Amino acid sequence: MNDMRIVKRDVDMNDTKISAKGVQVFYGDTHAIKDVDVEIKDKTVTAFIGPSGCGKSTFLRCLNRMNDTIDVCRVEGKILLDQEDIYDKRVDPVQLRAKVGMVFQKPNPFPKSIYDNVAYGPRIHGLAGSKADLDVIVEKSLRRAAIWDEVKDRLQAPGTGLSGGQQQRLCIARAVATEPEVLLMDEPCSALDPIATLQVEELIDELRENFSVVIVTHSMQQAARVSQKTAFFHLGNLVEYGDTQQIFTNPKDERTESYITGRIG
Amino acid sequence: MPILWLFVLVLALGLIGFVLGRMRALKDAHGDIRQLHSLPNYYGANVLFATLIPGFAVMVIWLIAQPMVIQSQVTSLIPERAYTDAGSLNLVMSDVRRVAEGLDVAVAEGAMTHEQARDIRSEFTDVRARLGAVGVALGSNVEPYVLQAAQKYRTLSNGGLWLMTVLALGAAVLGFVLSYLRTNKEQRSRNSVERVILVLLIGAASIAILTTLGIVLSLFSNTIEFFKLYPAKDFFFGTTWSPSFGGGSELGIIPLFWGTFYISFIALAVAVPIGLFAAVYLSEYAGPKVRAIAKPLLEVLAGIPTIVYGLFALLTVGPLLVDLFGDGGALGVGWMKGGTAVMTAGLVMGVMLIPFVSSLSDDIINAVPQAMRDGSLGLGATKSETVKQVILPAALPGIVGAILLAASRAIGETMIVVLGAGAAARLSVNPFEAMTTVTAKIVSQLTGDADFSSPEALVAFALGMTLFVITLALNIFALYIVRKYREQYD
Repeated sequence: MNDMRIVKRDVDMNDTKISAKGVQVFYGDTHAIKDVDVEIKDKTVTAFIGPSGCGKSTFLRCLNRMNDTIDVCRVEGKILLDQEDIYDKRVDPVQLRAKVGMVFQKPNPFPKSIYDNVAYGPRIHGLAGSKADLDVIVEKSLRRAAIWDEVKDRLQAPGTGLSGGQQQRLCIARAVATEPEVLLMDEPCSALDPIATLQVEELIDELRENFSVVIVTHSMQQAARVSQKTAFFHLGNLVEYGDTQQIFTNPKDERTESYITGRIG
Repeated sequence: MPILWLFVLVLALGLIGFVLGRMRALKDAHGDIRQLHSLPNYYGANVLFATLIPGFAVMVIWLIAQPMVIQSQVTSLIPERAYTDAGSLNLVMSDVRRVAEGLDVAVAEGAMTHEQARDIRSEFTDVRARLGAVGVALGSNVEPYVLQAAQKYRTLSNGGLWLMTVLALGAAVLGFVLSYLRTNKEQRSRNSVERVILVLLIGAASIAILTTLGIVLSLFSNTIEFFKLYPAKDFFFGTTWSPSFGGGSELGIIPLFWGTFYISFIALAVAVPIGLFAAVYLSEYAGPKVRAIAKPLLEVLAGIPTIVYGLFALLTVGPLLVDLFGDGGALGVGWMKGGTAVMTAGLVMGVMLIPFVSSLSDDIINAVPQAMRDGSLGLGATKSETVKQVILPAALPGIVGAILLAASRAIGETMIVVLGAGAAARLSVNPFEAMTTVTAKIVSQLTGDADFSSPEALVAFALGMTLFVITLALNIFALYIVRKYREQYD
């Protein structure tokens, strides 16, 4: 596989989409994220890399307040989405999550039909005015997730009956169906085989046209292939953040270099 | 020798076998455990089992077979003129056993010698008076054939017990010696002990199954007996239930089933929503502290005896409902005549069933993977949308199972009905009228002096059988539902 494939689309350095300032996360007494500052650009794929347990997934889950569902978790600092603090009391986490979609590590389709899986978000947010509208949204989302051709003849079949790679693309279709502005992906390819991984990676690259994508990955090659920006986390600290090419070819921090060359991690 | 002593003796032999077998294996390996195929205790256990199993097997088989053999031998001594049917033969036989026991007591107290007990004749001795002197009261003078039969019974059973003792001890010793001699360091004693344990487990499982089978069979013969006396068509389709032991009763099951299902329906209408909502709250919303207190409290409801619920229905709920719906009640509708009604029993039974529904549903909802919740919340769904659209559908098969289990309980419930719903078998749609159920009627048909050859008593078995078939069908249906949808989210 072409490990260092140069991404064809130009990185269009748009405005900052998400800006995190001095974020601290605690799980009970454990200090999981220490003082992280990061600026995530719009219409860009940003990769979070780092060894296991370095806090990259935790930080990702802060961006759509999924950590709220964990009782012992406490978040400090400021995270701004379009200049608005998402941890402000006035912000409804439910609406926030509609704007900041999420794809999980393990494919988790609902035990419903393929159609209902994709239609789930549009239905609860009232995005479709009629059945025909919904059909259009479902088809568009499945096409975007590059799974339409495989499932168009069995939309009423259960989503859990698909293969692992198909399930993950179904979950991506489900996430994009709500038209989020940011898509968070927590190791979306870790349960997939190389071919499915390739499909998902191509998909991520395409999604960049419409969304800002943040992806957590264990695979440095994957980060290099799909992202324009890379953040390297280590032991809860954000060690280095910059253009992917710069991080991989000319890291400034010693720890980043050690990780990238395989000496730690 | 009393059976208890035989039991202790065989047990002691087994324990000696355990120690000796263990020592022999160790000696064979020159005290080095690593040379043994199994751990030393397995060799001991092997000898223990080889001693106990044959010994106890002989005892058990003998104790089951001996009375049957003796019965058939002794019966031949009783002249046919003394009995007319199997029932009166049994009466004569119980006389025989009583006299035989009396003779045993007399010998034990020294009032008679063995020879006297064996040889006395009622023609020459007043056996009744002699036995009465040692405290064995007999209802009538002893007929000669009864005494003869009793003497034969006594001789046979005493001889049989001695023979059993000898055989059981012999089998135990044989097993002991054989297995002890076979004990050496190569012997795969661990595997054979495993096999014994396997048989033990199979035995335990089959006892449960055989008991169910036995229950069905015991109902079955009496049910058949009933249908010989009473036409099945009238039983299943009759709309009147008016048993009278004098004869001419109408035993239609429909009013009883109507009552059963009406009360169960009300109970489920109460228990299912409340139980389900409670389960959703406990598993999805409640914090760990609330959950730790609330769940056990809710389950306490399941531990209250149903008779207490019945009292609650009779003394509290019934009068309360009359105050509301009765003549001159707060609502002024006058639907309810007395405290006992379908509604009273149904409401209280519903409360009883809440923990069944909530506890099982709570476990099932908790078993829905967290990934499902994350997926839904990550799409911007609220908690209640997640519960309604993802969690409940995913947990549905289990919840249906829980509801059907509760339904089985409701159909089988008796005490609450007896106290809460009254005893009148009636076909009515008014839930404020007294009705009764199948189980309550089974109780009333079998209490008192029941003559087991009249259809009025035998109908209880037919009712029980019908109820059993219905609850069985419900359970099978529940299993089917659960199986069909179980793997949906895996």
